Amino acid sequence: MATIPLIRAPRTRAPARAAEEPLIPHRGDRASLGYWLYLVPGLVLVTVIVLIPLGWNVYLSFTEWRGIRPPEFIGLENWVELFGDQTFWASFRNSVAMIVAMVVLPTVVGLVLAALLFDLIGRRFSGRLASFLRATYYLPQILPVVIAGIVIGWVLRPGDGALNQILEAVGLGFLAQNWLGNPDTALASIMVVLVWVQLGYPIVVFMAALQRVDPELYEAAELDGANWFQRFSAITLSIIRPEIFVVTLTCTIAALKVFGPIYVLTRGGPGDSTIVPAYYAYSEFFQAQQVGYGATIATALTIVIGVVAFVFIRFQLSSERKESAS
Amino acid sequence: MTATSTSGRPARPTSAHGPDDANRVVPKRRRRPQTVTEWVLLLGAVLVAIVIAFPFLLILINSFKSPSDYSSGGPLQLPAEIYLDGIVAFWERVDFPQKLWNSVLISGLVSVFAVVVSVLNAFAIGIGRVRGRTWVIGLFLLANMLPQEALLYPLYYMFKQVGLYNNVWAVIIIFTVIQSAFGTYLLSAVYGTFPKSVLEAAAIDGAGRWRILWQVIVPISRPTISVLLIFFFIWTWNEFLIPLTFLVSNENQTVPVAISVLQGDRLMDVTTTSASALLGLVPTLIFFLIFQRTLTRGITAGAVK
Repeated sequence: MATIPLIRAPRTRAPARAAEEPLIPHRGDRASLGYWLYLVPGLVLVTVIVLIPLGWNVYLSFTEWRGIRPPEFIGLENWVELFGDQTFWASFRNSVAMIVAMVVLPTVVGLVLAALLFDLIGRRFSGRLASFLRATYYLPQILPVVIAGIVIGWVLRPGDGALNQILEAVGLGFLAQNWLGNPDTALASIMVVLVWVQLGYPIVVFMAALQRVDPELYEAAELDGANWFQRFSAITLSIIRPEIFVVTLTCTIAALKVFGPIYVLTRGGPGDSTIVPAYYAYSEFFQAQQVGYGATIATALTIVIGVVAFVFIRFQLSSERKESAS
Repeated sequence: MTATSTSGRPARPTSAHGPDDANRVVPKRRRRPQTVTEWVLLLGAVLVAIVIAFPFLLILINSFKSPSDYSSGGPLQLPAEIYLDGIVAFWERVDFPQKLWNSVLISGLVSVFAVVVSVLNAFAIGIGRVRGRTWVIGLFLLANMLPQEALLYPLYYMFKQVGLYNNVWAVIIIFTVIQSAFGTYLLSAVYGTFPKSVLEAAAIDGAGRWRILWQVIVPISRPTISVLLIFFFIWTWNEFLIPLTFLVSNENQTVPVAISVLQGDRLMDVTTTSASALLGLVPTLIFFLIFQRTLTRGITAGAVK
């Protein structure tokens, strides 16, 4: 799902003066103009498929529209309704649960497992075993997320589902239940799907990052009497901080956008217990036919994602600055 | 320098090594026998792997059972006999070859188109260094990060108006734009550090920009381009919301959409449902096995300075 290649913008070290010249030498002084022609297809496509729909969607959030007769401008009515809408707030509360399942748990557990694979299993046992375990952790990541949802949904089937039958077999039959149909367990079940899917991503990224850690630094710390945990928190964490930052940012955005597992497993139910903003907007668009209100939810989600990304990036820039100052 | 680890300089000490690198340990350490704590930790890591692999195993064994075999033997027993009716029934019900073809067609065309658009954009930004390029890159990043819900209804309405609703081309066009937005970001960084001497030599030989792009730059950046092709293919394959919205009739649907719309259907008994999950995960498992190296290289591109 979030198999996002981990790319950070290159640090601009070179002064800006040379950077204004195209890399291919040219005659005359209208050099850069011709390059704009190459941007035409890309810019036209982005305008038609992204910018116009985005602006249109924001406009729709100020209208009442059922998709047939022209939209009717109603000012801030949708927004006022949104702020008093229990379902909307429930959807964002559930987004917090999605963040716990897709960001917090995978990052923390991923750090521990990556360090375990790299420091202990790779060094003291066998590198091949570490590779094999890493590939196993990564396996659910390659599935389309709806298929991952179907796999776990199958295990959690009500009645004769695999989990219920296994509980029965080990004498814990009283725990068996309709995992996805019970408002008390539905959200936790969705979270299990997401943790299962997401765990491999931080592990692969962090293990690659750990190769940057200088073993000599570790040995020096060991001679100074630092235990494993002290070495890990003082050396490893600070060296792989950029990766932790990118993983938490990309996964937080992905967590706010979760749609597929909800659609395929619970449709937001029972009640509002697993509704998320993306599914709420979708159901307003295509089931309730309240396009204007759906557009308002989608716009609110976009704003939240924008704010989250902005705060993250500001935070990283300021901590980088602090680091280079000290 | 981060993005260049995918740009055809394999000599860099990047993640391509994998954790096998851990083999180059100080020899004296290896001789110390492993402690009990270390064995316990190893056991923990192995247990986590078993828990993660377990749902796959359950799906695999139960897809080959008859419903009565499942209810008598439970989910953990191996099938009493290999029963293919569930898989065959689901295969025919969704017309699986057609869904595979739709997915291959959409993902294949998107990855090619998106790479072409990315190359053109990145040429102007990375090589041509057009003015205001930071803003242009920002624009493309925005296009990639936006939640698709914020574009969904206007796109749905637009494509309905032009008669491309319920047509694979709607999905192909939309994902060409979304994927190329990411490709532009990545390739611009790579082209920004392109060796200037190569370009100067080509210009002295009298090659124009168009020729330099296709005969010099593209061949040299082929490793990055192939990573992009594979990622675009898999990302598009795995997409759900937009194909679900735009491909309503059966014969246009992709594999994930066709499988998920049948969940909860009355005719799906327990082992047929398992078979449907199996059919959904097999194609991606195959990609993973074929492209494993490229994928791990790509995911961790830039993770090493």
